Parts: sequence; structure tokens; C-alpha cells
Amino acid sequence: MTTLPSTLLLDWKRIFKWGPICAAALLFVSLVGMPIKLDPKSIISPLLSLGYVSLFWLPLIFGYIASSRVVLEGVETSKPGLSDLLTGVLTGAIGGAGLTLLMLGIENFDIRDPLINWSPQLLEVLAFGARDLNSAVWIGIGGALGLVGAALNVIPESLRRVVSYGSFTVLAVAIFEPALDDMSEGFRLEWLIELIFQKRGGLKLWPAIILASLIGLISVISKGKVKKAVAQYREQEGSQKKQTSYVLFGIVAVLGIVLPIFMGTYVNSLLANVGIFLLLALGLNIVVGLAGILDLGYVAFFAVGAYTTAVFTSELSPFFAPGMTWALSLVFVVILAALTGLIIGAPVIRMRGDYLAIVTLGFGEIIRLLFLSDFLKPYFGGAQGILGIPGIDLGFVYISGTDTRGIFYLVLFFCALAVYVSWRLQASRLGRSWMAIREDEQVAEAMGINTVNSKLMAFVVGAVLASFAGAIMAARVGSVFPNSFMILISIVILVVVIVGGMGSIPGVFVGAFVLIGILGGPKQPGLLQEFGSLKLLVYGMLLVYMMLQRPEGLVPSARRTQELHQEEFLQDSWLKGTDAEDEEQPVEGEEAQI
Amino acid sequence: MKEGKTVTAVVEGKSKRRTPLVDRFLFVVKVVLIGLVTIGFLAFVAQQISPDNWFARWRNPGATGLSADQIKGLVISGLSQGVFYGLIALGYSMVYGVLGFINFAHGEVFMVSAYTGYIAANKFSANGMWESNFALCLLIVLLLAVMVSTVTAVLTERIAYRPLRNSPRLIPLITSIGVSFVLQNAVLGIFGPGTQGYPQLPEWLAKQRSILTFEISGIKILVFLVTIVSMTGLWYLVERTKTGKAMRAVAEDKEIASLMGINVNRIIVTTFAVGGAMAGVAGVMFGLLFRAVNPMTGFLPGIKAFTAAVVGGIGNLGGAMSGGLALGSAESIAPQLILEPLGVPGVTQLKDAVAFTVLVMVLLFKPSGLFGERLSAEDRA
Repeated sequence: MTTLPSTLLLDWKRIFKWGPICAAALLFVSLVGMPIKLDPKSIISPLLSLGYVSLFWLPLIFGYIASSRVVLEGVETSKPGLSDLLTGVLTGAIGGAGLTLLMLGIENFDIRDPLINWSPQLLEVLAFGARDLNSAVWIGIGGALGLVGAALNVIPESLRRVVSYGSFTVLAVAIFEPALDDMSEGFRLEWLIELIFQKRGGLKLWPAIILASLIGLISVISKGKVKKAVAQYREQEGSQKKQTSYVLFGIVAVLGIVLPIFMGTYVNSLLANVGIFLLLALGLNIVVGLAGILDLGYVAFFAVGAYTTAVFTSELSPFFAPGMTWALSLVFVVILAALTGLIIGAPVIRMRGDYLAIVTLGFGEIIRLLFLSDFLKPYFGGAQGILGIPGIDLGFVYISGTDTRGIFYLVLFFCALAVYVSWRLQASRLGRSWMAIREDEQVAEAMGINTVNSKLMAFVVGAVLASFAGAIMAARVGSVFPNSFMILISIVILVVVIVGGMGSIPGVFVGAFVLIGILGGPKQPGLLQEFGSLKLLVYGMLLVYMMLQRPEGLVPSARRTQELHQEEFLQDSWLKGTDAEDEEQPVEGEEAQI
Repeated sequence: MKEGKTVTAVVEGKSKRRTPLVDRFLFVVKVVLIGLVTIGFLAFVAQQISPDNWFARWRNPGATGLSADQIKGLVISGLSQGVFYGLIALGYSMVYGVLGFINFAHGEVFMVSAYTGYIAANKFSANGMWESNFALCLLIVLLLAVMVSTVTAVLTERIAYRPLRNSPRLIPLITSIGVSFVLQNAVLGIFGPGTQGYPQLPEWLAKQRSILTFEISGIKILVFLVTIVSMTGLWYLVERTKTGKAMRAVAEDKEIASLMGINVNRIIVTTFAVGGAMAGVAGVMFGLLFRAVNPMTGFLPGIKAFTAAVVGGIGNLGGAMSGGLALGSAESIAPQLILEPLGVPGVTQLKDAVAFTVLVMVLLFKPSGLFGERLSAEDRA
């Protein structure tokens, strides 16, 4: 066929499906206030701010989606070409038209009363600061971005790598600007920062281009090598693998110990925040990821840890103030957290998984309400909390709450402990029984596993790890208040575990660093402080997206992936020509290897 | 042979010693809970007979007892709170019956409806129609809010839950937590974080009336009336129409229902829509009664409504409503009736804790709810 019919053969259905969705997404993003709130964060100054990125990426993605096709093995498809590009352009343009309508709407109607972002401010951002910009320009921008998105489908793979790696690097460097700025002082690299970044934030144009092309080139040159190295590492067996693991572990440990010396207060406090949430997430990973118990009241153990530390160390504790050192109080923290784990765990352990989730959520809320109530005010200070928690005296060193580096080392130690515990537990008898329970509780019980005890142990181990985080948190802030232990925290930790990958320790690390480090915790700011209250929206969307598209997480654990995609594995083995009768055998075989 | 014997002996020994430990603990918990409730209630009775009674003074030296009017007031406020739990619980119960998962975001559907009602009511109030033609306005507000909440519920099903139809039970639950987060924070981002107020009610609706010696405000009567009407409508839909029959069939067994020619997808959408509509009615009524909404309005009522659904027996629609009424009355009355005589200060703060304790107690004593659950065999597992 010639080009003319093929352009006429556009997939209009796709365009009219994805175009309006794109427009709706753009309207939503604008009205939620992302462009206004994120505008101050400059990516490439003065060309591009994060506010515009929040708008631009949508037509790009939707152009990409609308123009990509399902490639079936063995079925011939026409080569991607002009018609795909046009699909992308039209999809993006329809999306952009949504913003055009929004601009016209803001100019002509005033419905600011319910919609707080229906404001001249939004109009100004949408008009790129110009007063009399024709709003139709967004149709063009949308079309252009759609074109770029569609082009990603059409261009050869190596070019796609260059573009995507390059742009992601620029984005990442800009996001990490405050951290890099802070670190540059320790490394005496202020000159480099001055070279790359503008004074008032954001990359300079030329360094950005150079950086992007550099990383793009590297990505092409090193293409496949990283994957190969990982595969090689995985293939190693016995002592060889152990050796490599030790070397890798040594490098990480040295980096963890040495780097903070060069880092300033900002990065250290950021890392301490990440660390506290990492510790919580590692604990929850045992409960949710390994044992498959969805505990939504995990924050209760965090609260117990913090309050126990407060009562035992603070002189200002209203009822009982022994004024112990932090290290000594840790003994009681562990005991009380384990007890709480048992007490909360015992009644819920036999419930259905989803009832258990709601009941633990109820317990999490009850514990906060009790700490808050007048009933226990004589013991825990009610809404005023407990103040005056001293720093951490370990005998040979004293870490005050404001010493971010010391706190970071402490967090690092406990995280290492948590990693060691979960790593050792994973392959132990207990860990294997957890995984069996997660996969099928009844079968596990039939195999002779004491499910009640195993599940209780999961609760206890998770509780103790969370209480460590609470103890550190109490000493760091110097005070505890009931309202620092909202259910919100449980859910944020759950998102960290799920985004990273349930049951996968590296996954939890990735989740904690990406989410808490960049977006920030419920009340703790991350690298992108501009997000403010919007970060919870992002958390929710990530949770839904991950559950729909990648329930096994960013860095999945192999076994969990198989569980979640059992049907696909079965289908694959069926397609490969295995008989229907032993279709389950390959899966079992694969599991046995792991 | 010898080895085999020792092994069985060990296993027996284990099962004798270990498993009951948890059960024994639970038994103690049950006894303590019942004991506290009984003592609290007896102390209440004692204080009602005479506040100077030693038993009444035992834990609560300042005991004064409650007057009949106070108790009536507690009952009324409990029931009117319970109506909302009941209406929202219907949605939880129906979705759980059909799909077998807890739609955590259902409380947010309620909140969205309350917000819609607030926007519409304020627009009417701004041009004076709210005062001059209240009944018509209320009808329009109600219809609008119900429409919006229905659309929200159906959209969430389409976007978030349908692709997960056959995944493990916890996956849709986690997704619905995400959906609830998204709805909360989207409303917060679009309409601002503050608490928004509904306009003043007209005089004839706001004033107190006396029915059968119960002092009750007009708006509460309206709330009860609307609830009765919508419950009747729901009962008719589920028990007397073909759609309702199909819904019950799908709840019983999806596969066989589809073999019988029922469009399962459409029935599931209908279920979400009906649940959303009920939450929509509850949302507007909530707004009219408490006259304040904020983006977090849906969270607690949502969880408590789920509690109500469990209390009444999940999957059981009548049970959901009665569970709601029971829970509402319990959390309104129990603090004064049981905790106060036990000498707990500041009892009203513990309202929410009481609601969750009720949930734990129901699940401990009668996990299938007061009126029995109605679930298909696979969901019961």
C-alpha cells in the first residue's frame, strides 16, 4: 500500500480513547495544583520547571501509549511509521486542547469558589508568564509532545536509550540538586556545583545538554553489560558467590560509614529520615512480604517504641520517670514491643486476611486514641505528649538529637541489624513456614506448620523492628506526641514496601530511598519539598498503579513474582508445548531452584 | 517403630501445649472484656438507683447518674449517627458479597457526595433559592450528589478493580487503600484543605420537636425518613426485581451465574452503583446534619461502616443497616453507660476506640456477625 491509505487507516478508536483521557489527566493535574505548586522547582533554569514537567509528561506518555501496538509473537505487523506518528500527534493535540479549554474557562468564568486552583495564577503558569498568549498554543504543544512520545516507538532502540537515559539523568540531577549542593562542601567540589547549577536553583542549559548526551552515550556503550554482570553474579554458585557477596557488602558498608563524614547536615538528616522509614519498612516487609499478613496498624508498634523510650528516659515523664539511658531503655522497648505484638496478634491471628487488615487498623487507631485520651493522661501526658527526651548516651559516645550524623550512624546500625535478621530469617525454618502460609495457609497447616505460632512470630519480629525505629525517632525529636502516630504512617510504609517489592530486601531499600528520599514521609520533607500535601496523592496513585501493573514491585523477589503471575507461568509452559497434565511441573521445578 | 512413637508423642505434646496458649489468652481476654462490660453496666444500674450507692461510688466517686432525657438524647444521637454507618455499610456489604473484597475507598465515595452536596447547596444559598424553595433545592442537591457518588463508585470499579478481578484477595484491598488515598488527596488538592460549611437550614427543619417524649430535631427526622425510603427502595431492588435476583445470583456463584446468562460485569457495575448511591444519600444527609465537610470526612465513617457491616453479618443487607444502628448506639451510649461508671475520665474522647473495640469483640465472639453472613463458599474461606 502507498502512504496515503496508511495515513487514512489511522486507528481513530485509539485516538478518541486516549486523547480525551489525556485531556482529563491534564485538567486533573492542573486543578489539583501541581503546575502552580511545582513551578518554583526549576529543572533547567530558566527554561523548564518541575511544574511544566508535571504537564508535559502526560501528552508524551499518552502519545506513546496510543501509538504503541501489541506485538504478538508469530503474527506479522506492519512496520511502525507515519501513521503511528500521526496517532501520537492527534492524541497529544486532543490532550492539549483540554488545557486550551481550561485557559479559556479561567479567563471567562469565575468558579474559584469551590475550585481553589481555578485562579489567575494557574492561568499565568499555563500562559508561560505571558499576558496575552493565545491559548490555542497548548494544542500545538500537546501535538508536539505526542509526536515525541510516538517517535519513541518508531526510532531505533539505541536512540531511544540515549533519549530516555539522557532526560532521566537531567531530571534526577536537578532533583538531587539540594543534596549535591550539600555534599559538595565536604568534597570541596563547590566549583563543580557552580559550573552546573544556577545560583537560584536549576541546571544551566549547556551543562544539562552535555550531561544528557554524556549519559546517553554511556548508556549505549555499556548497553547490556550491567544486565550481564547481574546475571553473572546470579549464576555464581557456592563459595564464589559468597565471596562476591562479601566484597559487595564490604563496599556498601565502607561507603555507608565513610560517606556521611563528607556530607552536611541536610543530607544526613534526609538519610536519617529515610533510614527510620527503611527500618519500619523492613519490619513490615517481614509481616506483609514474608508472612503475607496485611497489618495496617503497624504504626502502633512504632508508637509503643517511641512512648516506651520517652517514659523510661525522659525526666519529664508524668507518672514514672526512672531517667534511664537510652541504651538501657532499649531492653524495655524490645520487651514491651514484643508483648504488644503478642497482644495485638493473638486475637487477630485466626481472622480472614482482609478482616485482619481492618482490625489491625482499628488497633493502630485505638493505641493512638488511648495515648491521646484524658484516661491515660496521667501516664502519657495526653495531647501534650512527653517532652525532654535526652540524647543517646552509649557510654563511649553521646549522640544528641540534633547531631544528624550520629543519628544516621545509629539508624544505619539498626537497619543493618534488620537486614541481617530478615535475611537470616528468610531461609530459616520460620521464614520458609511464613512463605508457605503466605502461599496457602490451609496447605501449610496440613504440612504440619504451626500457623498460629509462625504468624505470631511474624507479628513479634515486625513489632520489635518498628519499636527500634520508634526509639530512635523519640530520641531524635526529643519529644513524643500521639498525633505523630497517625494511621497515615502505616499506609505510607505499606506503599514503600509494595512499590519496592513485597518480600524483597533490596526492593524495600529502593522503595524507601525513592519514596521517602525524594517525596518525603508524611510529615518529613524529602528532596522535592515543593510537593507538600500533593505527595500523598502521588503515593496513592503509585499504590494503585503498582497493584495494577506490577504487583511484585520494582525489585521483585523471584518467588513472589511467580505467585502473583502463576497463570502466566502456566500459560507460558503450556505454550512451550508441555502437556496439559504436567503443566504445573515446570513451576514447581523453578521454585525448587530458588 | 520406636522412633515413630516418639515423634507422634512430640507432635501430640506440641499440639497440647502450644495451640491452646493462644486460645487460653483469648479466653482471658474474653472474660476480662465481658467482666468489664458487666461491672460497668452494673455500676451504671447502681448509680441510676442511687448515686450514693457504694457500688456506684466504688470506681467513680463523682457519679451523678443520668436523667431520662439525657439517656433519650444519647439514644437519638446514636441512632442518627448509626443511620450513616448503616447506609455506607450497605455498599461495603454488597461489594463484599459480590466480589469478596473490602472496598476501602467506599468511605471516600461518601465524602465525595458530601462535598458535591456542599458545593450545590452553597450555590443555591448564594442566589437565595436555598431559603425560598428549600424542598426543591434539597431534591436537586440530593440527586446531584447521588449521581456524582454513583459515577465515582463506578469509575473506581472500572479503573482500579476490574483488572484485578481474579487476583488474590489482598491485592484489591491494597488497591482500594490507594484509591481511597487518591480520592482524599484529590479532593484536598482541588477544593482546598479547610473544613467547608453547609448553609444554614431553614427554621422549620432545624427546630426541636417532641415525638413520643423524645426530643428530636427536624433534620434528624428527615434523615430517618430518607433512610427508610432508600432502604425500602433497595429492598425492592434486591428482592423484587430481576436485577436484584441477578445480583444475588452473582453473589452466590459468579461462574454459574454467567452460565445462566447473567452479564456478570454489568451486575458488578450495578452493585457498585447502588452502593455508591446509598453512600451518596448518606453523604448529603451527613452534610445537612453536621453542616461541615473536609477531605478526611470519609475515613472514620468508612471504617466504622465496615465495622457495622461485620457486626450485622457481611453480605447481609438488613444486617448492615441494623449493624450500623447498633454500632452508632453503642459508640454513643457505651462511653456513658459502661466507661463512665468504671471511672474513666473524658469518656467521649474514647468514642472511636469503643467502635473498634466493638469490632474486635464481634469478631472474637461471633465472627459471622449478629445476623449471620451471606457469602458464597469461596468468599467464606
